[in-house]
This record gives sequence, structure tokens and C-alpha cells, in this order.
Amino acid sequence: MAALKDIKLKIVGIKKTAQITQAMNMVAAAKLRGAQQRMEDFRPYAEKFSGVMGELAGAGVNPDAFPLMAARPVKKVMLIVVTSDRGLCGSFNANIHKVAGNFLKTQQEEGREGCLACVGKKGNAFFKKKPFEILHSSVGIMDKIQMFNARQVGQEVINLFLEERVDEVQLLYGRFVSVAVQRPTMNRILPISTEGMEEAEGGGAEGPKATYTYEPDPEEILNQLLPMFVNVQIMHAMLETGASEQASRMTAMDNATRACKDMVEDLTMVYNKARQGAITAELMDIVGGAEALK
Amino acid sequence: MANKILLEVVTPSKLLVSEEVELATAPGADGVFGAMANHSPLLATLKIGEMHYLNEGNTVSIALSGGFCDVSNNRMTVLAESAEIGAEIDVERALRAKERAERRLQEAEARKEEIDLARVQAAMARALTRIRIAGQ
Repeated sequence: MAALKDIKLKIVGIKKTAQITQAMNMVAAAKLRGAQQRMEDFRPYAEKFSGVMGELAGAGVNPDAFPLMAARPVKKVMLIVVTSDRGLCGSFNANIHKVAGNFLKTQQEEGREGCLACVGKKGNAFFKKKPFEILHSSVGIMDKIQMFNARQVGQEVINLFLEERVDEVQLLYGRFVSVAVQRPTMNRILPISTEGMEEAEGGGAEGPKATYTYEPDPEEILNQLLPMFVNVQIMHAMLETGASEQASRMTAMDNATRACKDMVEDLTMVYNKARQGAITAELMDIVGGAEALK
Repeated sequence: MANKILLEVVTPSKLLVSEEVELATAPGADGVFGAMANHSPLLATLKIGEMHYLNEGNTVSIALSGGFCDVSNNRMTVLAESAEIGAEIDVERALRAKERAERRLQEAEARKEEIDLARVQAAMARALTRIRIAGQ
């Protein structure tokens, strides 16, 4: 009866797996709430920040005077890839990797060099094995996202940009559209464009432009704000990725649990058939034996 | 309401204060300034330091770790990387931070690393501000 026992063991095993995936689903759901809350909490800051940037952009400063805003011929592009630290979240990280890979390939085809900055363990592990240059990596910070993590990454990237080791920086992250949809999204963060700033301002149309007093002068303020603006964008990307990761894991684990249940059902059917078969065979034996004794 | 200004203190982790106040002062880069109702539009960067606001006779102090401030349309918005209300400051934590900064300051001075020195000095200033206004 080896076959019967094997099937039984398999059923027990799959049931255990289903328990684990179910638990992971619930944990992800709880963490998603937290991650969404953090996104909500961050929003006022980001909005106000954009508003002030827009105000300054309207103050008629000359973008070329700021190293962080000056566009130059692009020879080397840097891509900041924000992924999760942990796996088991469906195709979430794979989707981001795919977009990143395609982007770098296109850049190479167009004669530009590409390089990477990896935020999150998964992206780092994936691209380490690929022939791309990784100039910066921050891993193990996605569990508890903090402003100073973003600031570290931002500082590093800004330095590279100012030393002209990279000429353009793109930011790729998993945008949280809804619990069911997370989309890899890419934005250019360096050089900072004035259009982006003016667009951001569009939200708060407050009638005619007030004449501002600046303390110190607009240039000085902008010089301080621009690096912070980069940090804010990176922070935002990290928070979005964090929420997307949990949402993606929730869906993946839900699917896994359902797949487990299906398998258990199928195997139970096989098990019952095998059991029935065994009983029938035994009966045949007994009947055959009784016949022979007559 | 006419003689009040809406003060908002925003940090990346939360909206710390959103309240109509009579007077708010902030540590501007060029010196401390105050804003009352109908202040003319102002955009200023802030140093590490303390800000205060006055509402119905109560003064509240907040420790700021730099940032900037936008005053317009009878609304004062303070954006800081971190901010703590005086009464909520954990004094022991601030004292520990100060000790740590002191230690690092000596180390950094010994090694003469300017970047480190600037960072440690900033940490020191933050810790001192927090200790100063703790419990206020």
C-alpha cells in the first residue's frame, strides 16, 4: 500500500504549505495597511515641497546657474532601481528587473553607457550577476523605510552627478496604483527639470502670484532645496515600492493558497480512487480464495 | 479668527501641527523671524533650532532639524526633516545623542575630517536644541 501512503503524505504536506501561505497573506495584508499609512503620512510633505519648488521656479531663476538643473550631453545614464528586500511576492520584482534590463539595453544601443544604483536586496542580487555596473547599493532598508535612508542614496547620486561620472539619473520603482495593480514606473530625477516643478505647482492655483520676500535670496534657497527635492523623490519611490511589495505578496500568497487547495482536492480524489481500487482488489482476492476452497 | 495665522508643521512622517495661532517664530538662516496674521509672503530656509508658537496664551516649542518655511495667504508652512514638540521630547534619548555627538566630535577633530565634523556638529546642534526645549 506504498502508493496510498505516499499520496496521504503529499496531501498533508500541501495542507501545511497552504497554512503557511495563508499566514503570509494575512501578514502582508497587515503590513500593507502600515505601508499605505506611511505613504499617506508622507503625502502632505511631498505636496508642500512641490508647491514651494513651483513657487521658486516661478521666481524667474536661471536653471543653468544650478549644477543640479544643468542638462549636458548624456554619455552615461544611471538608473536607480528600487525593489523589495524579500521575495515571495509574485512577479513584482521580476517586472521591475525586466523594465530596468530593457532600459539599459536601449541606452547601450543608442551609444550611451548605463549603470545602476540598487535600493533593495532583490534588485541588487539580480543585477550583480549581470554585466552592468552597479555604482551604489543599499540593501536591507526596505523593511523600515526612513528619511535618512533616502538621504543617503540621494547624497551618493548627487555626488556622482556633480562629479560628472553620470549625466542623467532615472528612478525606477513599483508604483502603487491599487491593491491589485502595481506598475513599474520610471522618472528622471537629475538633472531636475523646471517643467516638472511648474507642473507640480499646478495643483495649488492660488490666483495671481504674490511677490515673495526671500530669505536669503532665491538662488541660495534653491541651492538648498534641490538636493532635498531629490531625496524626497527617492523617499517617495521607496514608500511606493514598499506598499506595492506587500500588495503584490498578498495577491501572490492568495493565489498560492488557492492552488494548494486545488491540489489537495485533486489528490484527495486520486487517494480515494486508489483506496477504492485497493479494497476492490482485496475483495476479489477473498472471493477468489473462497471459490477455490469449494 | 481674523488676527490669526494658520501654522502647519510638516515632516516626512507626519503633519505635526495644523493650528491657527497668534504668533509663530522660526529660526531663519538669517536670524529668527516671527510671523503674525497677514504676514507678507516669505520664503526662508531654516537652521537647526527651536520654533515657538503662541495660541490663546499658551506657548508651544518645537525642535526643528533644519528645513524651510513658506508664508503666504495667511498661512505659514514649515517643512522640516524632523520636528518634535517640546513636551514630547524624550530627554534621555536627547542626552544620549548629545553624549554620542560629543564623543564623535572629539574623534572627528582628531582625524581632521571636515565632512564628518560638519555632520557631527549638526547632530550636536540638534541634540542641544532638543535638550533645551524638552518639557517646555
